[in-house]
Formats: sequence, C-alpha cells, structure tokens
Amino acid sequence: MKQGIELDHVTRIVDGETYLSNITMTLEPGGFYVLLGRTRAGKTSLLRLLAGLDRPTTGTVKQGGVDVTRRAAGQRNVAMVYQQFVNYPSLTVFENIASPLRLRKTVSQEEIDRKVRDTAKKLRLDALLQRLPAELSGGQQQRTAMARALAKDAELLLLDEPLANLDYKLREEMRVEIRRLFQGRHDAVVVYATADPVEALLLGGNVIVIDEGRVIQRGATLDVYHTPATERVGEVFSDPQMNVLQVDVTDGAEKQIRFADEVQFPAPAHLKDLPASAYRLGIRANHVRLAQVAESDVRVPAHVEIAETSGSETLVHATHGKTTLTAQVEGVFRVAPGTKIDLYLDARRLFAFEPSGRLAAAPRMDHGTH
Amino acid sequence: MARIELRGISHTYAGGTPALKPLEMVWEDGGSYALLGPSGCGKTTLLNIISGLLRPTVGAVLIDGKDVTRAPPEERNIAQVFQFPVVYDTMTVFDNLAFPLRNRRVPEGEIRKRVEQIGELLEMSHQLGRRARGLSADELQKISLGRGLVRKDVAAILFDEPLTVIDPHAKWLLRRKLKQIHQATPVTLVYVTHDQVEALTLADRVVVMNEGSVVQQGSPEDLFERPAHTFVGHFIGSPGMNFLPCTVEEDAAVVGAHRVPLDANVCAKARVAKGPLVLGVRPEFLRRVEPESRGAIRTTVSHVEELGTHVIASASYSGGADEQDPKELKVKLPEGTKVRAGETLWLELPLSRTTLYADGQAVSGDAAVRAESHG
Amino acid sequence: MDKPINHRAWFLVTPVVAIVAFSAVIPLMTVVNYSVQDILGPDQRIFVGTDWFQKVLHDPELHGALLRQIVFSLAILAIQLPLGVGLALVLPREGWRSSLSLVLVSLPLLIPWNVVGTIWQVFGRGDIGLGGVALNALGIDYNYTANALHAWLTVVVMDVWHWTPLVALLAYAGLRAVPDAFYQAAKIDGASRWAIFRYIELPKLSGVLTIAVLLRFMDSFTIYTEPFVLTGGGPGNSTTFLSQYLATIAVGRFDLGPAAAFSLVYFLVILLFSYIFYTAMNSKGEAGK
Repeated sequence: MKQGIELDHVTRIVDGETYLSNITMTLEPGGFYVLLGRTRAGKTSLLRLLAGLDRPTTGTVKQGGVDVTRRAAGQRNVAMVYQQFVNYPSLTVFENIASPLRLRKTVSQEEIDRKVRDTAKKLRLDALLQRLPAELSGGQQQRTAMARALAKDAELLLLDEPLANLDYKLREEMRVEIRRLFQGRHDAVVVYATADPVEALLLGGNVIVIDEGRVIQRGATLDVYHTPATERVGEVFSDPQMNVLQVDVTDGAEKQIRFADEVQFPAPAHLKDLPASAYRLGIRANHVRLAQVAESDVRVPAHVEIAETSGSETLVHATHGKTTLTAQVEGVFRVAPGTKIDLYLDARRLFAFEPSGRLAAAPRMDHGTH
Repeated sequence: MARIELRGISHTYAGGTPALKPLEMVWEDGGSYALLGPSGCGKTTLLNIISGLLRPTVGAVLIDGKDVTRAPPEERNIAQVFQFPVVYDTMTVFDNLAFPLRNRRVPEGEIRKRVEQIGELLEMSHQLGRRARGLSADELQKISLGRGLVRKDVAAILFDEPLTVIDPHAKWLLRRKLKQIHQATPVTLVYVTHDQVEALTLADRVVVMNEGSVVQQGSPEDLFERPAHTFVGHFIGSPGMNFLPCTVEEDAAVVGAHRVPLDANVCAKARVAKGPLVLGVRPEFLRRVEPESRGAIRTTVSHVEELGTHVIASASYSGGADEQDPKELKVKLPEGTKVRAGETLWLELPLSRTTLYADGQAVSGDAAVRAESHG
Repeated sequence: MDKPINHRAWFLVTPVVAIVAFSAVIPLMTVVNYSVQDILGPDQRIFVGTDWFQKVLHDPELHGALLRQIVFSLAILAIQLPLGVGLALVLPREGWRSSLSLVLVSLPLLIPWNVVGTIWQVFGRGDIGLGGVALNALGIDYNYTANALHAWLTVVVMDVWHWTPLVALLAYAGLRAVPDAFYQAAKIDGASRWAIFRYIELPKLSGVLTIAVLLRFMDSFTIYTEPFVLTGGGPGNSTTFLSQYLATIAVGRFDLGPAAAFSLVYFLVILLFSYIFYTAMNSKGEAGK
C-alpha cells in the first residue's frame, strides 16, 4: 500500500455524544503506531472507524489513496485483533488461521497450508493446530487470533488492547513477540491501542495520544514522552502519574521560581527564559528523590502519606500543603505515614506548562546519566 | 481481626483435576497478604476455600481456633470482593452499603452511622444517595469493598483480582485507598492477583503459588532479593530474573568461557546437587564493568528498550566455550544510558546478588533453605 | 450503531417481502376495504364510511366478549409469569438433569394447538377423562360443558399448562446469564433467598420478562383454537373470546363489513396495549437494570 491511511477531519457523534473530534492525520505504510489514551478516550472508536465497522459523522478516510469512508469492513483490506480473544469456536486452530485465506478463493490448498504453518510457527502454535479454541489457554487463544490477523496479510492491522486480558507475565512475553512480528512489514500500517504508557514505551515506534476524542499529540514515541505538548499529554503519558506544582516565576537579579510560599529556588537553565507569570511545573516521579544528588536539586519538605514498595522500587507519596508528590526510588524504603521527609526535585527535569496547559519549556535531553 | 489457619488443605475438582496440593498456612491477625501466581495456579481456589464458597476435599480451615470448614460463608465473618464489581444496582449506594447490616438485623440508627463512616473512608460520602447504576468501575469496586468493611464482625476481607477491570490510572488511586484502609482498620486482608506489582505493593507478606502449590512466602524484599525458587525469580520483577545455565568448579560457576566467583560452600553443595544448574541474577543488579574484569561476562547488545525511567538492554552471550550456543539476558541501565545494538557490554554478576539454583531450588551456603510452605 | 449500507441485503429480503405482501398486506388492505363498504353482492358496493365501526363498537355482544377477553388475558399474565419464573428458578442449571428437565418442560409447547384443546376436552370429561373422573370421585360436581365457571377454570388451566413452559424457558435463559459472582457475594452478604431473588435475579430478568409479557399478552388476547376446541365458546357464550366472536361474525354470519371493521379495531387495541406494556416495562427496566 503506497499512500498509507489518511484521515481528514474525521468526527463521530452518536446520540449527542462526541466520540471522535476533528481527527486529521496520515499513517505511513510500514509504520507501527501506538494509540495511547485513557479508557473512554476514543481509542476503540477510532479503531472501529479505521476498520470500517462504524462510519464517521463527517470527514473522510482514505486507504491506499482510495476513499473508503463508505465502504463496509468486509470490503476493506483490514484485520483486527480484539481484547477478548475472538476465535471461531467450532474451528480448529488451523482452520481459524486459514479462514481469511479460504475466503479469498484464489489461494490454492498448498498455499493455505504453507501460510498457516508459517504463521503458526511464528506465534508458536505449531503444536496446537488441531485443537479447538476452548481447549487453549488465554494466551494461546489470543495468539491464535493474532495469527489469523497476520495470515490475512492485510494492509491495515488493528489491535485493540490485545494483551489487557492476559496475566502480567504473559503480557511481557507477548509484547516482545508483537514487536518481533510486526517489524519488517513495510507495506502495512499497524495501529496498537493501549491505556498503559509503559506498554507504549516498550513497543516503541510512533505514538498517537488521544484524549476525549481528540488527538492531542503524535510523533516518535520517545519524542512525545520527553516533550509533551501539553500538560494533559504529560499526564496520560506517565506512569506513575506526573507530579504537578503550581508555581510563580518572578523576575529579579536572577529568575526565581516560588512554590507554595515556602519553597523558592533559582530557575534552572532551561527555564531561565520564561516570562514572569504563573506556571504549572511537571516532574516525573523518578526525578523526585529522597536525597540530594545534584546541586540544583530543589528541597521540598513534606509529610509522608503512604509508601508502596514493589521489591525493586518504592513509591513514596507525600504531601506539601495541598500538593501531593510522588517519588519513585530504587530499592525498598520503609517509612511510616506522617513522617516528615525532604523530597529533592531534580530541577533540570522540570517541565513548565502555561496555565492553559500548553508546554512552555521542556528539560534539555543532553545531560548524561545520574 | 482473625487468625486464619489452613491445615492439610488440598482440593481436587470433580472431574479429577487437582487444583491444590496439600498445604499448611497461618495468617495472623490484621496482616495483609497476597496470593500471587499465574492463571490456574490455584490461588482463587484457595481464596474460595477460605471464604467458604468452596469446601476442600481434604483438610480444615480454622478461624480464631474454630473449625469452620463446614460453615457457609455468612457464618465466617469474612467478606469478599470479586473481579467484576458486584453491586445491587436497583439500590442506592447507601442501601448497597447497608445491605449486609440489614440482613443481619442491625438497628437502623447504627446502620446509618456505620454507612456514613465507611462512605467517608471510601471518599464516596457525596454519592450515598445516588443510584448505584451507572457509576464507574472503580466506584463500583469501592462499593463492593465498602460492603465488606461495613460489617463490624468482619475478620478478613478477601480480594479476588479486584483491580482487573479498573483503568490503569484509577488503579493507582484505588491501591492507595486500599493501603490507607488497611492502616485505618485492623482487618486481615488477603489479596489474590497475578500482577506482581499489585501484590508487592499491597501486601506485607506475599505467597507465591504455581500449579497448585506454594512456592515461596515472604516479604516483598525477601521475594525480590532472595528468591528461593527459579519460578519466583522469574515471576517477580519486570523483566524477571536472568537464568544463566552453568557448571560449577571449586569456587566459581562457569558460564561459557567465563568464571564467576561464588561462595565455596555454595559450590560444594551444588556439586552434589541433582538437576541442572543455573545462575540467577536480576537485570537490576547486573553491573557494567571494564572489559576482562574478574567475574564479568562478555555480551553483545541485541536490542535496546528505552522506557523513560530506565533502559533495558537485551544482550546475548555464548553458553559454550566458543561463540556457539547463544543465550540472552537482560540488564537494566539508568535513564539516558546510550547503548546501541551490536555494542559489546561487559557485565558483572555481583556476588551478593547472584544465586545458584540446582533443579530450580536455590543453593545456599548455610543450612539448606527449602522452598516449601511454612506454617 | 450505523453500519455501512450493504445493498446485497435488499435482494435477500425481496422474496420475503413478496410473500408477506401477498399473504398479509394485500389481504389487510382488502379488510380495510371491506370495513368501509357494504357489500350486498359482487357488483353492489356502497361506501358507508364509519357506519360499520359504529355498529360494531356499540354491539353489546362484542362488549361481553371484550370483557371476557381482558379478564382472561390478565388472569393468564398473573398466573403464568410468576409460575414460569418460579419454575425456572427450580430447574437444575447444569448436567444431564438440566437437559432432561428442559425437554420435559418444553413438551406442552410442541403439541399442535387443536390437539391441546382435544387433550383437555377428553381429560375433563366426567366419564372417560382422568381429570373429570378424579374430580367427581372427590365429590366435586365438575362439568365444563354445563357450568360456566368450570369451563373458565378449565380453559385457564389448559392455557397455563400449554404456555407456562415458554415463560419458564425464557426466564431460565435469563437466569443463566447472571454471573456466579453475584450469588457468591449475596451469600457473603448474608442475603436471604428472597432478597437474592428481589435484588439480583429479578432486575437481571427484566429484559426477558418484557419479552415474556408481550408474547403472552398478544397470544392470549388473540387466542382461538384451544378454547374453541375445548368448549366451543360455551356453555352459552361464557368462554367466547374476541377472536372467536370475530370469526362468528365473519364466517358464521358472513357479515364482512362489521367483521372487517372489528378486525381493524382489534388490531389497534393489541397494538395499543403492547405499546403500553412495553413502555411500562422498559422504563421500569431502565431504572432496574
């Protein structure tokens, strides 16, 4: 497919509710796009629209240069994998994977056989070809659904949170497989929907951040991660949630940043050019520490609300006045609620957002490891 | 508050599938416990045996010394929160919370007080008058939780993968809420999940299960830093522990062409142990060192994942004497580390963080640690 | 959900449309035609407008039949719905017992309706019928051909026997859809069996019950075969319901005009009641779902 997928001012309104609003974008052939958004943000609506299961209220969808807006899903060259493992319950794994090929009628039996076995091998289903879906585990069922989608060799491959119903360890393993499977398909477009920012980072490629039916940012995954265009993108694309501080930037001999009347510090290099005003500073949890590391670290006294440890790291939730800050530290750190501690914010990692939410300044990416 | 004891419990479903192998367990008053394991490991079966929804084929359940094996759930002073929010949606939130108390004929005045108290704890006070229908999944789960908390006689609350249907974002808030509640009330919490992060953050003590048996129990640190079984090393930690097949000499393990120094006692035990030997080390603890350093192995980076807060590099090393038998391991590197595929990376396995496993069990230099269920 | 239009669908529907047009729409139009005309002979037709409608609506015999019909339908709904739901609650949920009991329960539904009437006709006879003989042996002077009340009761019991299984099957399917977790949670909450029914099962059955109510209402309101075979509408006209009365006018007396007029009224009445039931149950269902 040469021209990829083009959406032009696509909107979908049903019964007065706006599910998708004014989406315009082009998905290049060979691209792997992660559609990242909270639940009900519009991910499934967008995927259904791309598949042809729903029609936009206004706007057009073009696939490979052809306007397919009015075409039914059955007539588009698309394959879809769902969150619930969807397989034909009365067909064996072999027949399930073969089903899209059989519909094509121009494919010979040997071709079908070969393609099915190849695809099954890629997804490690070769030993299970004669089983029925009911006899498979969740992971195996989902792999069968994926094999069926892959065997179709469609131009557009849509995956709607396909790993959400699997055990977390299985999810880890499948993510690696998904990446492996979809690299190197130069003519197809893959769109993978997820609500998990870590999954978006792990899968790489490009990310499309969607919120309340709007695409709020798109680009290379790491670019969007490190340079969120708005505070909302930063919120959606952070796990654990991004810390936000309401501050005032004041002019003077030196640019100063004041937070909650008690904490004041000189503006770090990348924020020095901010015009004096009120801002919302964002900082991710892993840049909030319990000990000073760099000279420019900002000390914020706080009271511990709760500490959650997961073996490899601990999340400390503490409050300073009305603001709750979360620090993500390595290792185990036990602390009782109510304890007074000092949090150290790495000032070099502060994002500055205008009150409207728009990004005013982002950390520079060229300093090394700490 | 309750002390829950399981004596000689084992269970086989009609049809012959063994779901639980014989086990013994004690849960003390007021603790928070997690049953962690993959699908089918028996954790839900165990939970249902404790709550009384399932009667075990063998064994006894005692709550505070009383044998309740034959007692139905309503006589056991336990409450259970299910995977899918169970809410009576023809009733208001208030009535939902009041339901267990009304069934037990508690006077209305007391009901009102108690429900308002719990409503505040759950941060749902302003929604008490609302119809339960149409609330979000996390609010519905809070109501399910509330129905358990509202009963004064509740000794333990059992959770069956309750965060499954919750938005990742709301999961945070609900977890914090659960921890706060645990600190505020003296109830024993037993939590079933397949998500290690949930288990380790919520519980003080985690029981790892696989295929019907308990593999290891301990605090989150114990399980993370001293896994007694390869399964625990693999299952806990994202990514899981690396396992490098090896052989053993007098004071070192041999991986491919490299020697990794180990405690001499450990090596001695390993040499008489049966079963395949592997060296376990977590991706977090592998350290980048200078080439040819003592105890380090040479790897070639095959893939790099940038995860914002850190970098995970997949690297291959050779399991054989020469460059044959390539195997993979993963290493966690600090944020911003620049590595590229194809680069050579020398990684050290720190002595204090490396464990030798024989046939899946950790080999320890001291009195042998057996990974069986403790009382 | 607005799906993209598939034009092939029209082709598949054409044969059905043709058949329905031929067997239903055209005759319906004929009925409308007859209802506004007085046909004295093949070539003598006079347009009488609403005359037939007025005549029919003022007919005291019609009023009698209508009243009987309403009482009958209400009795049917009042008995069959709770009974069917109750039956569904006690049917086993799984295993071979479940299949067996479902088959046994459905048997009455499989019998042709006139045979149903015949079965009960024989059953109720005082000389050779099992029921009739048993009742007489117990000292009850049971005679459905002479006693209007007995005839009524027999017709109602016959309909209950015939159609309750439908309600039971619908309710059974609805109950199967209730997730286990709800029952488990209710047990833990200490809920009584009644509370479980009221707060869990009944709300979840609301959709199914709407269907059951509509089906039973429409069927019972147009009932013809079974009571006709059983009692012939007697004794006298005590079990003559609307459709039978209509048939008497149309076929018995060949009074096409009034019959046609009444058919239309009948149709509209059913439509109206169905709408009322549906709306009432849906709005309750919305609140209860």
